[in-house]
Amino acid sequence: MSNNPYIPHSKKEIKEMLTEIGVNSIDELYNDVPNRLDSDLDIPEASDEFSLRRKLKHLSELNSSLDDYAVFRGAGVYKHLIPAAVNSLASRGEFLTAYTPYQAEVSQGTLQMLFEFQTMITELTGMDIANSSMYDGASATAEAALMAARITKKEDVLVASSLHPEYIEVLKTYCFGADLNVIPVKYSADSGNLDFEDLKEKISENTATLILGYPNFFGIVEHLVKIKELLPKKVLLIAVINPIALGLLEAPGKLGADIVVGEGQPLGNPMNLGGPGLGLFATREKYIRKTPGRLIGQTKDLDGKTGYAMILQTREQHIRREKATSNICSNHSFNALLASIYMSLMGKNGIKEIATRCLKKSHYLYEKLLKIEGISPVFDGPFFHEFVLRINKDKTIEEINEKMLEEKILGPLSLERFFPNMENCALFCTTEAVNNDDITFLAGKLEEIL
Amino acid sequence: MTIFEKSRKNRTGYSLPDEDSLEVQIEKAIPEELLRSKDPSLPESSETEVVRHYNNLSKKNFSVDSGFYPLGSCTMKYNPRINESIASLPGFTELHPYQPEKTFKGALELMYDLKKLLSEITGMKSFTLQPAAGAHGELTGMLIIKKYFRSKGEKRNKVIIPDSAHGTNPASAKMVGFDVVEIKSNDNGIVDLEDLKKQIDEDVAGIMLTNPNTLGLFEKDICKITEIAHEKGALMYYDGANLNAIMGKVKPGDMGFDIIHLNLHKTFSTPHGMGGPGSGPVGVAEFLKDYLPVPIVDLDNEKGYYLKWNLNNSIGRVRSFFGNFNVLVKAYSYILMMGKDGLRLASEMAVLNANYLRKKLSTMIPTAFPGICKHEAVFDGSVLVDDYNVKTIDLAKKLLDYNVHPPTIYFPLIVNEALMIEPSETESKENIDNYISIIKEILVEARNDPEKLKKAPYTTPVRRLDEVTASRSPVVSYRQETEG
Amino acid sequence: MIKYSKSHEWVKKEGEIGVIGITDYAQDQLGDIVYVELPEAGNEINKGEMLCTVESVKAASDIYSPVTCEITEVNEDLEDSPEIINEDAEGKGWICKVKLSDESELDKLMNKEEYDEFYEKEG
Repeated sequence: MSNNPYIPHSKKEIKEMLTEIGVNSIDELYNDVPNRLDSDLDIPEASDEFSLRRKLKHLSELNSSLDDYAVFRGAGVYKHLIPAAVNSLASRGEFLTAYTPYQAEVSQGTLQMLFEFQTMITELTGMDIANSSMYDGASATAEAALMAARITKKEDVLVASSLHPEYIEVLKTYCFGADLNVIPVKYSADSGNLDFEDLKEKISENTATLILGYPNFFGIVEHLVKIKELLPKKVLLIAVINPIALGLLEAPGKLGADIVVGEGQPLGNPMNLGGPGLGLFATREKYIRKTPGRLIGQTKDLDGKTGYAMILQTREQHIRREKATSNICSNHSFNALLASIYMSLMGKNGIKEIATRCLKKSHYLYEKLLKIEGISPVFDGPFFHEFVLRINKDKTIEEINEKMLEEKILGPLSLERFFPNMENCALFCTTEAVNNDDITFLAGKLEEIL
Repeated sequence: MTIFEKSRKNRTGYSLPDEDSLEVQIEKAIPEELLRSKDPSLPESSETEVVRHYNNLSKKNFSVDSGFYPLGSCTMKYNPRINESIASLPGFTELHPYQPEKTFKGALELMYDLKKLLSEITGMKSFTLQPAAGAHGELTGMLIIKKYFRSKGEKRNKVIIPDSAHGTNPASAKMVGFDVVEIKSNDNGIVDLEDLKKQIDEDVAGIMLTNPNTLGLFEKDICKITEIAHEKGALMYYDGANLNAIMGKVKPGDMGFDIIHLNLHKTFSTPHGMGGPGSGPVGVAEFLKDYLPVPIVDLDNEKGYYLKWNLNNSIGRVRSFFGNFNVLVKAYSYILMMGKDGLRLASEMAVLNANYLRKKLSTMIPTAFPGICKHEAVFDGSVLVDDYNVKTIDLAKKLLDYNVHPPTIYFPLIVNEALMIEPSETESKENIDNYISIIKEILVEARNDPEKLKKAPYTTPVRRLDEVTASRSPVVSYRQETEG
Repeated sequence: MIKYSKSHEWVKKEGEIGVIGITDYAQDQLGDIVYVELPEAGNEINKGEMLCTVESVKAASDIYSPVTCEITEVNEDLEDSPEIINEDAEGKGWICKVKLSDESELDKLMNKEEYDEFYEKEG
């Protein structure tokens, strides 16, 4: 046999096993398979792990790792500082190589961790309950829209145009499947907040829900209470959050949100080119049986000892099949673990400290950049750690960023890519991972380029 | 004890760079009514305590790294460490999805090459790597089918699914608005062709099949089935949950399938991570390639590897960014490590292991259907009820006391007291022999004292849990009495 | 008089109204009931259509209406205490009260003896 480190069978064992089965060859085990291949797959020969690592390390080096870059770009994925303990603990095989906790008695590690994760998310969002996670923020948003349509039995999904553009795209895809209508609601060109007049116009008796970012894609913090007041009683308000922002911003659960979803990546997860993400999903207690995804509950064992188990599984596809609340049959437990360890290390004070640093740095940068000639503000609504500026110069944002890259700076995102009418507009982001010196350097460099 | 109960006021487990505080007033930046009125009660612990807490939690988990984990239809094969080592290279982890394309050419090359490899293994023309999991892949596939018939102006509203299928199949079809039509399995555990012919008509958009099916049996009439489907204009969807039996032996494309999803976390050894993240790439035949989600990674003579955004009939995005990239790296690493011979060997040894286990165990518990199986074997546990006065669940729970993992139980739904066992190729003959001996021992125990077995397990971190109360009055978060 | 359906529901005529529930045999088959998704008062429903769903830990069972009717009242006690069905399926565990559209439908259902014989054969 070839020397494969993962397949233990010797020739002798294979022969013994075939004899036990009562066949003469491996081929006989495939007798019922038509159209069998008569040649090898056209893929490379096996590798050893050392040559493979060398090869793929080389491939990885064709990428610019942002490890040593100052990153001023967010837009859905954020570079934060991640304590060493997060990855070190999470990479334990007992977490990494376990499956869905179907056998609760030998999955208490996973189950308790997810129960604690659910608790932390309810704390952050101010909602009654949270599930044990979804794929990513975008698909969690789409699932929330489907849930709202199920609850209200209505077909119109209103979505703020200031929600992350890729989330809107995913929402449209899911709603095409579910035969729901996606109706955009404008943002105010002055403040960047939701346009209340447009909202009033778009609301109808068919409205199931309104979805908006909190903060929105431009970094602006929406006034949820005022928005909720404009919605008819039965229309559900879905807030798409950044969990770090909730270290400072009021919990959406206190402001009238019915479902809170979001991308949990900023909580201790590496950027990984945007995947895997961590879909957050929280809602009100009364909707618990309408909620998609895994839920972990606390209970007692035969001896009266506290334990944890997956609950309300009758909502899920493996029992209810086509009548399930969603087809989702997994979650991103591993990413939830990274987030849980992160939140445990940061704690109540840490999450606030991080949020405060993010906010202060971005506002400091904002003021500093506005002093540069040719740079002007775009919106005047309150923002958290992202903001939009217009750069009216002969250089495009791409050209500016090109120069920044040479200095190991990932500059702001050019918004023209998503909003064709926002020429020369750039979305800046500042987290605690950029030093004050980096900010000064960026401002100086920008002035120099312009 | 939960981490919340261990919490002590003002303890922290982090340290941040010591910087001058910037002169920004939060209250000026954000109106007061938008600021938090009460801090979130996250636990407050030192790093020492956090490390101990999670370390101790990990010890309460059974995993592939702990022992034999023959969970049917889940392909719990060993997860090679080299995959982890490669996927954690900073050139793969520290990438922002919106950094300029030219600064992640290596990642693009990896994704392009992975697509090509998956195409070669499955015989499909083109792949999307965007779906995050198997069920997500199914959803993507169903959306493609819906869009395809919409664009042809056909209103097909039904999808045919066998009664042995995974629950995700009907759930995915329903999410896209299709009505589900169930077809029966025949006495040999495969699709009943006569029932299929009766059910199929011009309203059928597609047939979802798993092959080998969830009974571990190969649909030997597969070419006939695809012919029947295609004659009526319906598309064939392949649920790739069980690809582990056929790599390098036969390609779904050659069986006549039009759309396929794969589970990289099963067949391609990426770790299950307690339930996710997985990855569910979707492959399609030539005529459907413009329906895939965007963006697609492509190769151009001048541009090199690049993201292609314009596909005429694309269903749009099914998630943000480019898929579970970190998982893709691990699967890519696995395929290259195994090579063409390794992948075929994996399939062959998976099938050998399953048949060996089937043969040996069937002297105690009969198989649900006769004949050679593929990567997994399904047993009818009625004998446990009839001869031993216990149930499949009792046997499963007792296995936990022996530090091995039970099979998938009570699935497929069409088998009484079902036990579905998938050893996978990474397990040795003696591990299987040991498992058989344990079951033998348990059956003796069942014979002697069935009541005792009904209360197993006895040695696990907790014993059987009261799921009734947990579902009647759900407690889904830790309620903190006072400020922690 | 209580009449029984082949899908294991019962209906009892009390003056002008009918009371509907699931049979004692059905609750025994389901095991511990953890949740009842009650129908909505005011809904009109045909004989044989889905009335509501009763859930145990591992199963969700659709309950079908044994008669054509309009739902006038639902048993709200089941919301918090679904176990009442386990304790007294054919009494306090009633699911809804209805206005019967066609009393002759009752004639086609089984009486107690017929139903007992029916499920023993089925089981």
